[in-house]
Amino acid sequence: MLLEILSTQGAAAIGAGIVAIGAGLGLGKIGSSAMDAMARQPEAISKIQTPMIIIGALVEGVSLIGVVACLLGVLA
Amino acid sequence: MNNKNKVWMSILSIVLAVGMLFSHAPLLAQEEENHAVPQEETSKIDMTTLILDHISDSYEWHFCGEGENAVAIPLPVLLYSKVRGEWFFFNFKHLEEAEHHHETYEGFKLAEHGEANAGKIVELNPLTNEWERPLDLSLTKNAIGLFINSIILISIILYCANWYKKKKPEDAAPNGLIGLIEMLVSMVYNDIIKANIPQHVQRYSGYLLCAFFFIFLTNLIGLIPGSANLTGNIAITCVLACCTFLFTNIGGNKEYWKEIFWADGMPTWLKPIMAVIEFFGLFTKPVALMIRLFANIMAGHAALLALIGVIFITAQIGAVINGIMTPLSVFFAIFLDCLELLVAFIQAYVFTMLSAVFIGLSVPKHHH
Repeated sequence: MLLEILSTQGAAAIGAGIVAIGAGLGLGKIGSSAMDAMARQPEAISKIQTPMIIIGALVEGVSLIGVVACLLGVLA
Repeated sequence: MNNKNKVWMSILSIVLAVGMLFSHAPLLAQEEENHAVPQEETSKIDMTTLILDHISDSYEWHFCGEGENAVAIPLPVLLYSKVRGEWFFFNFKHLEEAEHHHETYEGFKLAEHGEANAGKIVELNPLTNEWERPLDLSLTKNAIGLFINSIILISIILYCANWYKKKKPEDAAPNGLIGLIEMLVSMVYNDIIKANIPQHVQRYSGYLLCAFFFIFLTNLIGLIPGSANLTGNIAITCVLACCTFLFTNIGGNKEYWKEIFWADGMPTWLKPIMAVIEFFGLFTKPVALMIRLFANIMAGHAALLALIGVIFITAQIGAVINGIMTPLSVFFAIFLDCLELLVAFIQAYVFTMLSAVFIGLSVPKHHH
């Protein structure tokens, strides 16, 4: 019974949580580095922003694939 | 300033207090009813189905209410039955009426939850004795939403373009809507398109601006309660990603293909392996674009609905917890709605930016 729940909805929920941890760590790292760089060189803000958003989007993309996988787990 | 704030705070707290009182009133009445008729089945709310129903496509445009009291516009259904070789065109309400009597309409029915193709129209195949999907060209909620959004977008852009056509050199700078659109266009054109595409900018700027404005407007309209959730539908984002895929690969020049299949500066034994990896990379890029936009918008809508759903779930538990949770969930829902406004812009920006980066990689400047 417990295994059954865990294997469907529970596992999906745990997966969503783990995905949130990973994405949070990744985005936090990007954000902190970008903030440091911006504080050090305020004149380069616009140059830093573009790669920051691109890398943020890539990290987020991985986490969103996790979200979709969790959604499929809930639906299945 | 301080006094003004105080006045606002007191007005807000009075509104909240009155709101809480009223939110209890029907609930208490309902409880009394339940006491009077204890055998009345308390309908449990299935949150998962409710949320999925709200964020997915459907054959009717649903506004409010559930079950019998639902206010919804049934939409036209156009089907081609592969089994019978015939076209069918009818109003969805006929099918819905037949569903009420647990019958099929013209041999069609809606697949129920838990079955394959749940929520879609299916027909019985007499050979395999299975319910199959006919060719479904119905004007569903998303299809109509797409038309409405396109008309809004085209009229906004044509209105602005018309202003520029009539503009005389001595006219003042535009303001209002035209100013906003000009600001966005120049932002996208300068910061995204020109910054990332080294050459043939004119060839791609039309598509990228179009994608940006379409996604941005669709995201914003999708946030209005009762509207179609277009960018949260994987088919729509799939079409957008396919467009980027085509623009990237059809416009790609010789150096781009050389970079993929026989890149310089690598040991020869590595080149075939890298070619395979790069070849798959061609497809994973648009797939990531598709999943990113879809999952972002879908997850935002689902989280918003879940927060609102907290009110109805706690209403079943008790009046006190409902009273505590209702303002909380309304507060968080408003917060999340504001966040979604931000996401609506960021996702449009990110989609356009990544498309521009991929397209820019496909037209590298000759540097030998």
